[in-house]
Amino acid sequence: MTDDDRVFKALADPTRRFLLDRLFERDGRTLGELESELEMTRFGVMKHLRVLEDAGLVVARRSGREKLHFLNPVPIRLIHDRWIDKYAERQVSALADLKSELEQSS
Amino acid sequence: MTNATQSPATTTQVYRVYIKATPEAIWDAITKPEWTERYGYAARVEYDLRPGGAYRAYPGEEMAKVEGVPDVVVDGEVIEADPPRRLVQTWRMLMDEEMAAEGFTRLTHEIEPIEGGATKLTLIHELENAPKLAAIVAGELESEGAGGGWNWVLSGLKTVLETGTELDR
Repeated sequence: MTDDDRVFKALADPTRRFLLDRLFERDGRTLGELESELEMTRFGVMKHLRVLEDAGLVVARRSGREKLHFLNPVPIRLIHDRWIDKYAERQVSALADLKSELEQSS
Repeated sequence: MTNATQSPATTTQVYRVYIKATPEAIWDAITKPEWTERYGYAARVEYDLRPGGAYRAYPGEEMAKVEGVPDVVVDGEVIEADPPRRLVQTWRMLMDEEMAAEGFTRLTHEIEPIEGGATKLTLIHELENAPKLAAIVAGELESEGAGGGWNWVLSGLKTVLETGTELDR
């Protein structure tokens, strides 16, 4: 699996998107806090966090006795630069081509 | 469940990127001006890489054209320099008076090789009592022309090291 595959796979699940949204709201949360917002067992939440960590979307760091989870936006930015920009650009340039074609033929 | 598990809201921001480059190359790309001028805000950095050594970032060509840009855009002091693995420093933004007044924050770069020839770069920015700076480094003011913060800086760093070419600005 490539890095992009891992990110898309991680984002393809509503629970994991929910966890990312919670971290976007307030970063650096413990497993306990995240668990308290979901109707799910601790193991279930851990499993989802593991997938998010493998994709690089969440970074866990120790702070004293606690393990805090941080949202890492870099992989989404990289996908944006690689995919979204590319197709958005093509649409714009296709319109520009159409415009010059129409202007030339008139 | 109870609020006992609630930890105080953290003001720390963490960013991580995997780069196909050696730790040494990444260290240079962070600490040497010939590299820092090629990505992100394109600032020209100056590091005295020992505890207590000075850090300064000067505006790059583009930024220098903006009216009212100070001679030094970021300053700070090196706390720990362990090339090519770990760099800890203080960091104060001087572009804007209010941000300058928020004072020094603490910035850490951790560089760690992983299997397969790639390197993991983690940036930790401790932004206690610096809400304005926190917004700008999180990229929240990108639409106002303030750049995309660390997220944008690190994707630029990755691109320049992996492809040798700059990201479009």
